[in-house]
Amino acid sequence: MSTAPFAIGADPPARRLAWRRFADVAFQVVALVVLLVALASLAALIWDIVADGAGRLSLDFITSFPSRRASQAGIWPALIGSVFIILVTAVLAVPVGVAAAIYLEEYGGRSLGARLIELNITNLAAVPSIIYGLLGLGLFVRMLGMGRSVLAGASTLALLVLPVVILSTREALRAVPGSLREGSYALGATKWQTIWHQVLPVAFPGILTGLILALSRAIGETAPLIIAGAVTFATFAPDSIWSPFTVLPIQIFNWVSRPQVDFHANAAAGILVLVLLLLSMNGVAIWLRDRHTKKGAA
Amino acid sequence: MSTAASRPLTSLGELASKRQDSTDVDTPCKIDVEKLNFYYGDKRALQDISIRIKPNLVTAFIGPSGCGKSTFLRTLNRMNDIIPGTHADGKILIDNVDIYTSGMDVVQLRRRVGMVFQKSNPFPKSIFENIAYGLRINGMAGSKSELTARVEESLKQAALWDEVKDRMHESALALSGGQQQRLCIARALAVRPEILLMDEPASALDPIATQRIEELVYDLKKTYTIVIVTHNMQQAARVSDHTAFFWLGRLVEYDRTEKIFTAPAEKLTEDYVTGRFG
Repeated sequence: MSTAPFAIGADPPARRLAWRRFADVAFQVVALVVLLVALASLAALIWDIVADGAGRLSLDFITSFPSRRASQAGIWPALIGSVFIILVTAVLAVPVGVAAAIYLEEYGGRSLGARLIELNITNLAAVPSIIYGLLGLGLFVRMLGMGRSVLAGASTLALLVLPVVILSTREALRAVPGSLREGSYALGATKWQTIWHQVLPVAFPGILTGLILALSRAIGETAPLIIAGAVTFATFAPDSIWSPFTVLPIQIFNWVSRPQVDFHANAAAGILVLVLLLLSMNGVAIWLRDRHTKKGAA
Repeated sequence: MSTAASRPLTSLGELASKRQDSTDVDTPCKIDVEKLNFYYGDKRALQDISIRIKPNLVTAFIGPSGCGKSTFLRTLNRMNDIIPGTHADGKILIDNVDIYTSGMDVVQLRRRVGMVFQKSNPFPKSIFENIAYGLRINGMAGSKSELTARVEESLKQAALWDEVKDRMHESALALSGGQQQRLCIARALAVRPEILLMDEPASALDPIATQRIEELVYDLKKTYTIVIVTHNMQQAARVSDHTAFFWLGRLVEYDRTEKIFTAPAEKLTEDYVTGRFG
């Protein structure tokens, strides 16, 4: 042994101890500062929007149609369009994505093919959204003849969020302890019974979190929908999946690009509505998750 | 069924089963294992295991960590099938039927050969639902009243009923460690298995909870064939009728428990049970 051994009960050298204590506190301070920077920029953003847009926010603003006069313009078609698009996107992407993840995680195994698919999905999650817009235009709008409809737009967004849904669902499934699966198999459960009765309920909160992240991304998307045919000046709310549509981010973009200052206030108010919509989506998700967690534990 | 005496003696395991057969060759056996090898990938974890396990007795598997006793236990209900890259050769006959043939219905097998794990793993559901699950998935309860009755019966068999009868719809996770393990035993018993495999069922429990499990094992052998893996040699001596000593993937010695602990035939067994290694 190169260094002298410590006597039992002796303190470690004081200088090292002081350094360790300093490093402990220093890391905490650095982490706190970083957190504050992130929070401050978010607060500044929200403050700026509220200052510009809160004055315009009213029931009239929400229920009115766009207009050439800024003071009479509202976001009703875009709000309904966004909600409609997200619902259809969820209906399309969630079952397909969750089912694909279940297959890959529970049945797919570790073969070369499975790993290739996994690599591709990870890559797809990083493809710029405008590429999906081009795909949607070619595939849904033109080839499948859906036209510039809610269905075409939602299908495009569904493709866009599918990799995220699959990846996050797989993570949630992977987090389910193996002992639970074994317990189920040991009672004579089939694979599907084990997945349906034991694995999915436990993975549900994690899956839900992933879905909300994916759909939150979709609700803020603009580029792919412009390409896939959303209209930029809608004077009607979509009433079926075949209707033309617009969404909040496009309406906001439209207002921001006008020269008149009044329209910029409209844009800020529109952003507030979008943020509130996102918050309520997240709220519902958290409520569902907590309700489920309580049920599981009760 | 071929008897061990007609086969050449090629391994320690063969020797052990020969000796066992010679002591009570006429009693029927519930599980008859012949020259079982088990592999994790290329690594051979079990070598030429041959053993005949008798019905309505408790058979204990002892041996140092990594000796293959848990792996062997998990071959008896083919639980190892769910680990990728494993395979077995040799024969495991349960009631004279080879469970490793391709025609074997693994789901049905696991219903007949129940298992209790080292770490209690109740489902994150109510106490009632934990027991009812096995009955439901196997279609074993026709009516609501039948289901309730069988849940109660299983909990009574596992000596847990009195402690939980007023809180059947509370979460199983709120039970103590020992209660959770007895719940897992009740859950396994509910689907009426013939064999109960227990993988160190008391290793995470305090002495009082351990004692309750041991008393339970003693009661249950009237109805079931029990195989228990344990690290605790006093436990093996207390609860089991037969004991098998495993070492490095081999079955070294298998005999009546008092023989293993008082007059083992193998030096290795003696060294292990007297605490000289392991």
